[in-house]
Amino acid sequence: MKNRLISAFLLLPLLLHSGTPLYGAEEVYTDSGTTSWMLTSTALVLLMIPGLAMFYGGLVRTKNVIGTMMHSFGAMVIIGVLWPMVGYALSFGPGVLGGFVGWDPQLFMLQGIDDTIMESHIPEYVFAMFQGKFAIITPALIAGAFAERVNFRGYAVFIALWSIIVYSPICHWVWASDGFLFNLGAAGAIDFAGGTVVHISSGVTALVAALYLGSRRGYPRNVMHPNNLVMTLTGAGLLWVGWFGFNAGSAISSDLATARALTVTQLSAAAGAFAWMVIEMVHHGKATSLGVASGILAGLVAITPAAGVVQPVGAFALGALASLVCYGAILLKNRMGYDDSLDAFGVHGVGGIVGALALVFFIRPSWMAEAAELAGGSWSVWQQLGVQATAVGITVFYASVVSLILLVLIEKTIGLRISENDEMSGLDHSMHGEHGYGLINLN
Amino acid sequence: MKLITAIINPDRLDHVREALIQADITRITVSRVTGHGRQEDIDIYRGQKIAPNLIPKIRIDIAVNEEFVEKTIDAIIDSASHDPVAIGDGKIFITPLEDCIRIRTRERGGSAV
Repeated sequence: MKNRLISAFLLLPLLLHSGTPLYGAEEVYTDSGTTSWMLTSTALVLLMIPGLAMFYGGLVRTKNVIGTMMHSFGAMVIIGVLWPMVGYALSFGPGVLGGFVGWDPQLFMLQGIDDTIMESHIPEYVFAMFQGKFAIITPALIAGAFAERVNFRGYAVFIALWSIIVYSPICHWVWASDGFLFNLGAAGAIDFAGGTVVHISSGVTALVAALYLGSRRGYPRNVMHPNNLVMTLTGAGLLWVGWFGFNAGSAISSDLATARALTVTQLSAAAGAFAWMVIEMVHHGKATSLGVASGILAGLVAITPAAGVVQPVGAFALGALASLVCYGAILLKNRMGYDDSLDAFGVHGVGGIVGALALVFFIRPSWMAEAAELAGGSWSVWQQLGVQATAVGITVFYASVVSLILLVLIEKTIGLRISENDEMSGLDHSMHGEHGYGLINLN
Repeated sequence: MKLITAIINPDRLDHVREALIQADITRITVSRVTGHGRQEDIDIYRGQKIAPNLIPKIRIDIAVNEEFVEKTIDAIIDSASHDPVAIGDGKIFITPLEDCIRIRTRERGGSAV
């Protein structure tokens, strides 16, 4: 053990000084238009983190508002450190361990990309930072499932390990150019901006976590009313804005593909919100603000994997379908009685699966023609559905099994579920020694 | 009839509410208040005397009939105390209550409480 430690330390300076650029003979130029849009997208995706903090923060009870917002900000801090250190290398380095995960010592601490300009004509730094924002928001999404009842220390360790062991491998399979899901079937599993990588992986983990950690004290007997829907709506608005960077940025270009992604993102979000609003009007006679916010999210989640391949008609259909299915999933959750507190699985898991599977029925003909050509003749919707289902199935299986192991490990060592006394006092007091709305008390 | 007013720490609100419900006291009014207790807390900051910071507290008002007074007080004391007891656990004030009227039925007195 000691020897191994020493050799690890000896290796460290080697890792730090192996920074030779990767590009070959052909000089690739920087396109200022693409680069500036990608810089903007990077900032927009980061805006989604405080957006998510506000969305989730408004939905919990007053005594947990800081604790819940800290779950998002904690991810921004922890993954913000981990991603440039190892996350990027694990996700986008050349495949090792039989393609299970990527790794390149030159990417450790991003040393090897100081001069690299990518084939998409942007500096690799921009790509690395853009992808880093996805790595941040994904674990933060999970927090909605176990809101109001986890230890901050346990949460911090959980998202750090989850990001390395669950996120990076899935990201590598789906998005790295040598990932096996990227190359599955004729033209790969379609995941434009993170249906499987972000939403299904986090949504499924959320379900596993909610089941393993159990319900909040008093759920479902006691009503747990949102403390601030104004903040939740503001957060939903920020998420919608940020999603343009999330989806339109994922084209890694600034051209027709970007315009297509942006348009279908807007349409699907609106269609999702509209569908949810109509469903609630019919079902309850009133359109709630939380329903509209949920519909926006359901629409955005569903279009995420599809934004590169569907046309406006498909965006309308996917958004509306996602709202319908997510609404049903939440009704079903209430009947089954497990406590996915802020519906991380109900919206992200279910919406992501709907988007990733149903998108095959709306793929633009030119994409299908190209896929047929690559497949050497014909490629049908059903074949692509098989590819999509494989990607979804593998993500669901891998994320749920590994997350369960992580959860058990952390619960038994550091502790994840907080004590009854701390839960009653609220996370703000017990975990952070603060309270959310001090100014209201003339203090 | 008595009016029991308790000033407690915000992090004990759920504990107190549960204890009261267990003791069959279900009609309560809760408000957010701020205030401060012991006068010795006055600080001197760069030569100036500073009044102690206003601290957020929870105020619970409960109107009860005589036979419920002790039960209510016991429930609050047991549930509002920190373990170990700390300065700032709060206070309970008890005042005589002249009358009580339920608006819906216009009942008065003990049965309206």
